[in-house]
Amino acid sequence: MTLRYLIEKEFKQIKRNTFMPRLIILMPLVAMIIFPYAANFDVKNINLSIVDHDKSSFSQTLVQKIQSSGYFRISDVSGNYNEAMESIEADESDVILEIPLNFERSLVKEQKADLMISANAVNGNKGGLGSSYLFNIINDFNEEIRVKYLKMVDKVSIPAMELVPLYRYNPTLKYEVFMVPALLVMVLAMIVGFLPALNIVAEKQSGTIEQMNVTPVKKYIFILSKLIPYWVIGYVVLTISMGVALFYWGLKPSGSLLTIYLFASLFIVAFSGFGLVISNYATTVQQAILMMFFFMLTFIFMSGLYTPVENMPAWAQMISNISPLKYIMSVFRLVYLKGSSFSELHKPFLALLTFATVFYTWAILSYKKTG
Amino acid sequence: MRKFLVFTQKEFYHIFRDHWTMIILLVLPILMILFFGFGITTEINNARFAVYDPSNDMATQKIIDKIQTSEYFTLEAYLNNPAEIETIFQKGEISMLMVFSEGFYENMVHTGDAQILFIADGTDPNTASTLVSYASRLIAAFQQEEMGAAGTPPYQIHTEVRLLYNPTLKGAYSTVPGVMGLILMLICAMMTAVSIAKEKELGTMEVILVSPMPPLMIIISKMIPYFVVSIINYLTILVLAVYVLDVPIVGSFFLLTMLSLLFIFVSLALGLLISSLLETQIAALLGSVMGLMLPTVLLSGLMFPIENMPIFLQVLAQMVPATWFISAVKSVMIMGLGVKSILTELAVLGAMAVVLIAVSLKKFKTRLE
Repeated sequence: MTLRYLIEKEFKQIKRNTFMPRLIILMPLVAMIIFPYAANFDVKNINLSIVDHDKSSFSQTLVQKIQSSGYFRISDVSGNYNEAMESIEADESDVILEIPLNFERSLVKEQKADLMISANAVNGNKGGLGSSYLFNIINDFNEEIRVKYLKMVDKVSIPAMELVPLYRYNPTLKYEVFMVPALLVMVLAMIVGFLPALNIVAEKQSGTIEQMNVTPVKKYIFILSKLIPYWVIGYVVLTISMGVALFYWGLKPSGSLLTIYLFASLFIVAFSGFGLVISNYATTVQQAILMMFFFMLTFIFMSGLYTPVENMPAWAQMISNISPLKYIMSVFRLVYLKGSSFSELHKPFLALLTFATVFYTWAILSYKKTG
Repeated sequence: MRKFLVFTQKEFYHIFRDHWTMIILLVLPILMILFFGFGITTEINNARFAVYDPSNDMATQKIIDKIQTSEYFTLEAYLNNPAEIETIFQKGEISMLMVFSEGFYENMVHTGDAQILFIADGTDPNTASTLVSYASRLIAAFQQEEMGAAGTPPYQIHTEVRLLYNPTLKGAYSTVPGVMGLILMLICAMMTAVSIAKEKELGTMEVILVSPMPPLMIIISKMIPYFVVSIINYLTILVLAVYVLDVPIVGSFFLLTMLSLLFIFVSLALGLLISSLLETQIAALLGSVMGLMLPTVLLSGLMFPIENMPIFLQVLAQMVPATWFISAVKSVMIMGLGVKSILTELAVLGAMAVVLIAVSLKKFKTRLE
């Protein structure tokens, strides 16, 4: 009964705050439309600078082959390596391909030739992928030449095989398919993380917590009354975000909605519980925001939002294990894209359940009624 | 001058006596640079893959062995029938599956019809294409070895790949400049905005404003502590970058410092502007989070490449000071370029500083009257 009144109070506070309801509705709408545009790590249209000293039919065939691959855009054709370097320094090109003089002649006569790829690797992703795309194109080209010339001299002893890549679940490798389910989690986490983190500390600053402390309300009831509204808010935010994902990005979960909401519930309890813990320890709003900001960034970065967790060093993987975001993000991606069902998701379920219990208990324990 | 010092001292006390804030201000950058520097990596190692190999002959064994022993891949499982493919992907246990065609070796040697199907988990596009491209490269090496068993393979193009500036493709090379921009912006703009808003909210601003100090001095005295903290943070970040993350300062340290000072000025001015527009602490906080932090995190190129964004976001990105700062830091610190190559960035940041300071001073004065 007490719980009902307390929850009513929380909702009134949220409703009568002019800012809060707008934030809850607008933030997911705006964020889910804009974030996926920004969070795009596609490596396409790599700007290639070509230094062709050879100007032979081979070098031209190679350049055409590169052009038709669709990954590269020839940004300039430089006379020498230094000019090409300048275009890299001016950020006009990303990769240089240098074809030496007598490339064709030495390949035909001496049966070997050199090429040089130099990639700007400040952005590791682009440099790495760009140079390996180019490398593979050159390999293909090499294979073609080899087949052509070996056939001519009638020596068919090449171990030939066809390599067929197939990208399952996302055949055209669209980035938003990867990001949208994870961004759903990010938006949800921001709302159900920041709002509770500000909640109790705001009551401390305005002094209303004193009144709460002198009531006979049990601590666990009090914390529960703080948690339940965020549960509701979390559902609202999640539903709006999923609506945007469906209607704007055309992405609907291939797994069941029930699984999504079940995991979301656990995550909301865990994460808003964590927000309340911060709120209990902080003495000013400013501290609460800074602390939450720090944890939020850490959790988001360590959760595999855009680099797979398994690529991280071992200690970073350990840290990522204590981030609830890691589990919920992988669950959302699995359910949304691969249609995984509950039976494949035992591990994250147990992890999130543990987080929910630990943070809820911690929030109760860290709430002190004495001043 | 003495009065001014007293005011500055008061501001320092505000920071020092709030232990939590001070710890956060000094420790946050350290943790952020460590987490981001080590945690964000585009290198691929130990990607898990599975194999479905109905042929199970000499050639497939050699290929699997070659891929498995490379540093990029770890063999997770052999599948016995194609029905297992769906489940193993749904559990999220592997990132790539290799399927060999039947009679692989025979076909490879005689008909040339041998086929390897790479089924990559396309949910993560970049990892998927990197894995496929690494695996193809390993197989190309295998083919060459097979051919070259008798000597060097015929008609061989040797391709030398040089990765400029960042030969080991460390993520830290692009995160360090980004984190620098984020931290300096966070400390200078957000903290200044909040500290001025706090005085207004508590009513102590009135007290300060009726003192004989000119308003400009009051403001400068409020900024100095955050300025000092930012310098400390700037140095901490550099020390950590060089000694812990092994990201060298290739260019001139002097130029880098000048650039950072300019950026700190811009950030302070932004903080001042925010605080002169907003009255309460919460509003100043949320205002800086929404108006500064989010654009900085999302649009500055710290996390996401600007060139992939749609035009309207690219235009917005040009208005974020950190965009210019991060790009200039990359040029100076990582690529080792001179002042000539960052003239645009310097000019834009300088213009931003002038405009912001002018606008916020004007705003601030009208409030006094």
